[in-house]
Amino acid sequence: MIAVAVEDVWKFFGDYPALREISFTVEPGECLALLGRNGAGKTTLLRIIAGFSPAGRGQVRVFGRTARAVETRRLTGVLGHGIAVYDELSAIENLTLFGKLYGLADPERAAREWLERTGLERVAHGLVREFSRGMRQRLAIARAFLHDPKLLLFDEPFTSLDDRAIAVLQSVLRDGLLRGCTIVMSTHQLREAMELATHVALLNQGRMVHRCERPPEMLSDPGWLYARYGDL
Amino acid sequence: MAAWRLVLIVAHKDLRAELRTKEAINSSFSFALVILLLFSFAFDPTAEVTREISGGLLWIAFAFAGALILNRSFAREQPNDCLDALIAAPVPSAALFLGKALANWLLLLGVEAFCFPVFGIFYNIRWTRQFWPLLLVVVLGTWGFTLIGTMFSALTVNIRLREVMLPLLVYTVMTPCLLAAMQATSLLLAGEPLAGEAAVWLRFLIGFDVIFTSLSLILVETVLAG
Amino acid sequence: MRKNIIYVLAVVAAVLLVRNLEVILLRVPVDAEQGNVYRNLYFHVPSAFTSLLGSILAAVASIAYLVYKDLKYDALAVATVEVAMVMLTVTMVTGSIWARVTWGIWWTWDARLTSTFVGWLLSIGYLVLRTAIEEPTARARISAVYAIFASADVPIIWFSIEWFRTQHPAPVLRAGGYIDPAMKSALYWNVPAILLVGVILVLLRLRQEEMRRELDGLRRLAHTLS
Repeated sequence: MIAVAVEDVWKFFGDYPALREISFTVEPGECLALLGRNGAGKTTLLRIIAGFSPAGRGQVRVFGRTARAVETRRLTGVLGHGIAVYDELSAIENLTLFGKLYGLADPERAAREWLERTGLERVAHGLVREFSRGMRQRLAIARAFLHDPKLLLFDEPFTSLDDRAIAVLQSVLRDGLLRGCTIVMSTHQLREAMELATHVALLNQGRMVHRCERPPEMLSDPGWLYARYGDL
Repeated sequence: MAAWRLVLIVAHKDLRAELRTKEAINSSFSFALVILLLFSFAFDPTAEVTREISGGLLWIAFAFAGALILNRSFAREQPNDCLDALIAAPVPSAALFLGKALANWLLLLGVEAFCFPVFGIFYNIRWTRQFWPLLLVVVLGTWGFTLIGTMFSALTVNIRLREVMLPLLVYTVMTPCLLAAMQATSLLLAGEPLAGEAAVWLRFLIGFDVIFTSLSLILVETVLAG
Repeated sequence: MRKNIIYVLAVVAAVLLVRNLEVILLRVPVDAEQGNVYRNLYFHVPSAFTSLLGSILAAVASIAYLVYKDLKYDALAVATVEVAMVMLTVTMVTGSIWARVTWGIWWTWDARLTSTFVGWLLSIGYLVLRTAIEEPTARARISAVYAIFASADVPIIWFSIEWFRTQHPAPVLRAGGYIDPAMKSALYWNVPAILLVGVILVLLRLRQEEMRRELDGLRRLAHTLS
C-alpha cells in the first residue's frame, strides 16, 4: 500500500494559494526530503499530511485513510519545531502520557526503552524544565518515536539540535528506515538529510517544481538540486 | 480504547501539571480573596444586604478568579507546541476537550470549596443551610463557566492579545449561566428550598450546560484541526 | 454589475427616506402624551428589526462557512454583524434619547434593554476577535465558531433576563393601546427604507471584503517574491 498519497492538493490562506496542485506519492520505506526556501510551503504541506489542517482542495491519503482518521494518527509520528513535551512533568511521565494516549500495551516499558535509547535513563524522573536544551530535544525525539510509527513527519528535524541529539536522531531514523518506516521531512540542513533521503522534492512558491530520487551528486554537493532547478 | 479513558488521561495530565506548580490555583484563590475583600468596601456588609447579593458577589469572585485557571489551560500547551502533539495523537478532539474541561472544572471547584467557608466567616453567612442543592447549583454553574472558558481558550490559543480578549468573549457568552447561578445561589443561601424560582434557575443552568456541552463537542474538532 | 445594483438601491433608498422624512417630521401628528420626541420611534423600530434580521443572517452565514469553507460566507457574516451592530447602536441611542425625555432616565435594566445590550456586546466581541487574527482562513473559521456560540446564546440570554425581570420588576415600559393609522403607516413605510439602507451597507461591505481579500492575497504573494 502507498504510504502517503497527495492528490492535487491546494491550500489557501485567504485568496493566496500557499500550495498549488501538489501531487506525489511516497512508497513505504522511502525517505522524502522536502526542500525549498522559507515560505515555499514545506511546513504547510507537512501540516496537511499530519492532519493539523485540511487541504483547501484535493486530498491526502495516509496508508489509504484520511489524514485525520484516528487509525492514521496512531501510525504517524510527528516532530515539529517545538519539542512538544511538558515542562512540569518528568521525562518518564511525559513519555508514559503519550504512550497511554497512543494506546500502547505497556506505556511504562516503552517509555523506559526510549529513555535508554536516547540516553536519558538517568534523568527519567527529572522535570523537563530542569533539562538542558539538548536533553529536551532528545526527549522530543523519544516522544515522536515512542509508539513505533510507520510514517514519520518531521519539520526541520535537524535545525538547532545539538551534536548528540543529531546523532541520536540520525541513528533512530536510520533504524526506522531499516524497519521499513516511511519518512517525510522538510529540511534546511541538507548534509544530514541527504545521507538519509532516498527521494528529494523541491518546493517553490507552493508548487512542487521537481521530485526525483536523490541524485548521488547531492551527497557531495547538497546544493546541486537548487543549482539545477531554478534561482531559489 | 474507550474515549472516557482518554478523557481521564488528559484530565490527569493537566491536574498533575497544575498541582505540581500550583501557579494557577494559588493565584486564583488569592485573587478570589482579594475580590471578597474589595466587596466589603463596595457596600455595608450587614447580614441582610449581604444575603441579598451573596450570589452575585460569590459568582463574580468565582468568574474572575476562575479566569486565571482557564487562561492557563491552553496556555500551558503553548510554550513547547504541546498542543500539536496532542492533536496529532489518536485522541478524538472531543475527548481532548472534555479532558481539559474536566481538569479545569475540578480545579475551579477546589478554589470554590475554599471560598465558601471564607465567605461565610467574613460575611457572617450560614451557607450550609441548603448544602446539597447549593452544591448542585455550584457544580452546574461551574461546569457552564468551565465549558465556555475552555472552549474559548482553545479558540483563541494561537491569537495575539488572547488574554486581553478572552474576558470580553467569555463573560458575555456566559451571561445567562452566571445570572442563573447568581440567582439560585442567593436564594439557597437565604435558606430557601430548591423549589419555585430557584428551581427555574436550576433548569436554566441545566439547559445552558446541555446546549453548550453539545455545541462544544460538535465544534471542537473544527477549532483544533479545522 | 453589482456596483450598478448598489447605485440603483441607493437611489431607491434615498427617495424612500426623503419621502418618509417628510411624512415623519411634517405630516404625522404629535403624540398626545410624549410630544415630538416620539418621532424617533420611526427609526428605533426599523433599525431594531434590521439588526435582528442581520444577526440571523450572520448566524446562517457562519454555519454556511463551516460547511462549505467558502470565504464569501465569511464576508457575508462580518458584513451583517457590522451592520447589525450599527443598527443596534442606533436602536439603543434612539431608545435612550426617548427614555431621557419621557421617563427622565437614559437607561434602565429592563429585560429588553439588558438583552439588547448583551447582544450588542456579543457583536463587539465578534468584531474584536476578528481584528486579532491575521490569516483570513483561520479568521473565518474561528470567528464562525464564535458566532455560532453567540447566536445559540441569544435565546437563552433573552429568556433568562426576561425571567429575571419578571421576578425583579423594573419600571414597566411597554406602552400599548391605540395607535393613529397615520403613525402606523409612517412606521411601516420606514421599515423597508431602513432595511434597504442595511442591505446597501452589507453590499458595500461585501465588496470591500472581497477587495481586501484580494489585496491580502497579493501582499502574501509579494512577500514570497521579495
